Amino acid sequence: MAEVLVLVDHADGTVKKATFELLTAARSLGEPSAVVLGAPGAAAALRETLASYGAAKIYAAESNDLVGFLVAPAAEVLAELVAQASPAAVLLATGRDNKEIAARLAFKIGSGILTDAVGIEADGAAHQSVFGGSVEVHSRVSAGVPVITLRANSVGPEQADGTADVVPVPVELSDAAKAAVVEETVVEEKGSRPSLTDASVIVSGGRGVGSAENFAIIEKLADSLGAAVGASRAATDAGWVPHTMQVGQTGVTVSPQLYVAVGISGAIQHRAGMQTSKTIVAINKDPEAPIFELADFGVVGDLFDVAPALTEEIAKRK
Amino acid sequence: MNIVVLVKQVPDTWAERRLSETDNTLDRESVDAVINEIDEYAIEEGLRLKEAHGGEVTILSMGPERTAESIRKALSMGADKAVHVSDPALHGACAIQTAQVLAKALGTVDWDLVVAGSESTDARLSVVPALLAEVLGVAQLTHARKVTVDGSTVTIERQRDDGYTSVHGQLPAVVSVVEKINEPRYPSFKGIMAAKSKPVQTLTVADLGMSPDDVGLAHATSEVLDFTPAPPRQAGVIVKDDAGSGAAAIADFLASKKII
Ligand SMILES: Cc1cc2nc3c(=O)[nH]c(=O)nc-3n(C[C@H](O)[C@H](O)[C@H](O)COP(=O)(O)OP(=O)(O)OC[C@H]3O[C@@H](n4cnc5c(N)ncnc54)[C@H](O)[C@@H]3O)c2cc1C
Ligand SMILES: Nc1ncnc2c1ncn2[C@@H]1O[C@H](COP(=O)(O)O)[C@@H](O)[C@H]1O
Repeated sequence: MAEVLVLVDHADGTVKKATFELLTAARSLGEPSAVVLGAPGAAAALRETLASYGAAKIYAAESNDLVGFLVAPAAEVLAELVAQASPAAVLLATGRDNKEIAARLAFKIGSGILTDAVGIEADGAAHQSVFGGSVEVHSRVSAGVPVITLRANSVGPEQADGTADVVPVPVELSDAAKAAVVEETVVEEKGSRPSLTDASVIVSGGRGVGSAENFAIIEKLADSLGAAVGASRAATDAGWVPHTMQVGQTGVTVSPQLYVAVGISGAIQHRAGMQTSKTIVAINKDPEAPIFELADFGVVGDLFDVAPALTEEIAKRK
Repeated sequence: MNIVVLVKQVPDTWAERRLSETDNTLDRESVDAVINEIDEYAIEEGLRLKEAHGGEVTILSMGPERTAESIRKALSMGADKAVHVSDPALHGACAIQTAQVLAKALGTVDWDLVVAGSESTDARLSVVPALLAEVLGVAQLTHARKVTVDGSTVTIERQRDDGYTSVHGQLPAVVSVVEKINEPRYPSFKGIMAAKSKPVQTLTVADLGMSPDDVGLAHATSEVLDFTPAPPRQAGVIVKDDAGSGAAAIADFLASKKII
């Protein structure tokens, strides 16, 4: 059975949930080989987890250069692996870095990319949801090994036993791959809540929330649902919450099981980032707000009444 | 420092966007076309860098004839000149081809820094700037929320979901910007008048030394097999809150979906 390369997303010694989804999807195409790129020692810490989602092999490319330079080194190492393993496909989780890695990889190996797929078929064709979710597209890479990025929450992760044999991969980078030097990463916001991209429930607040203090209402509702907190650009621009919480075209694109929009009008740029959420609930005092066109369930009312009452109601029913 | 700003013309996001029934490509004819929103921020950043460091700003755009309107707008914001790659052979080009064509077109301009937007609203690929850096073999400094140039070193703050990463590289380089970087200016009346006489060079694929037979839909690295309009979202239930009824109704709804 052909190998399927899966780029592992990991941080601080843990594997991101999106990788489990990729490993699950990979099994329908062939035999999943997890690719761990990172500083020395990265792969060993992840081995057991990757085995429990069916990774037959782990390619361990470990070098400080892989974290010291932006995007290009990952594409170079993956291109080497593609040449070695002739995989049926290369899968990555949709994200800022990964889309760029995928594109540079596809160029190097003379194939093509499909970004932000919501489903993958056994023959390597993919389904994408475009134009803010209004059109579903069935597409494929025309030549070479398909390189596909998969949107988070598109495939339910399922465990399986894998042998996870570790195969060390030497890292020798070209000068071109070292052109963009990473100085430091500054994490501006890291709380106890799930991150927007991983969360299966998200509660977002917009201009209607009115102030930074009032965002506590959104946070309490989020906590009652075990949700991540998001925001519209109006709220992040006002400085009520950090920019990293912005959902939308120029913020984070999310596709959770449940998205609750509170005091958000539903501007096209906001919709672009949340429209494919499985279930959408909106609370807004304006019955004409465009967000209601998307909502599976909407309440026309004052968020200062409805949101706290909902938090209580959920607590009661637990 | 000579700067090239990459500008893409896209269908207005408010319009209903479609794929063509005949060849599954984006129907660019039937809708209003505008400058890709984020590219206005790229133009603004290019102009600010020029104001700080001198040099010229050239707009580079690949797209059908009507792209000329968007190029004129970019010039009216203050760019000096433009290169427009326009050729029917490019219809249906994929991102990889686009990057290859843009790279060739850059060969006709004297440049130090390319500034692009981070994502186009039609394709939402967010890959052309990275691909261009790959094709050119120069530093990829993408998704910048801040750009500073000091001598030949370009430093950016690359946007992350949880903060930012500072990254630097040497000129020549490709930068892409996110919308937090600045507030684009509006074209002034003077700018609009001046734009009318600014030079726009129109190039075909053959002018770039490429063969029309090697580009376009037939050679795209990915293809749309078929498409269907998404099943319309079932009209939701909208209720009016009345003394707490709204919260209870949402809770009932979430319970019915087994979310709580
Ligand atoms: C290039 C570009 C990129 C952009 N990218 C993004 C993006 O990524 N994400 C994004 O979100 N936006 C983005 N925007 C901005 C977008 O156009 C909107 O301006 C923004 O989404 C509006 O945020 P909002 O819905 O919170 O505010 P508004 O549109 O002002 O809506 C506030 C809503 O709150 C309701 N409300 C007020 N008070 C109450 C109350 N007490 N109870 C209940 N409801 C109340 C109002 O009825 C209204 O519907 C972008 C814009 C541009 C130009
Ligand atoms: N046809 C094109 N002509 C000029 N610039 C482009 C073109 N396509 C993409 N770009 C640039 O690349 C950026 C990202 O586009 P994309 O990768 O398609 O999301 C855009 O914001 C533009 O700056």
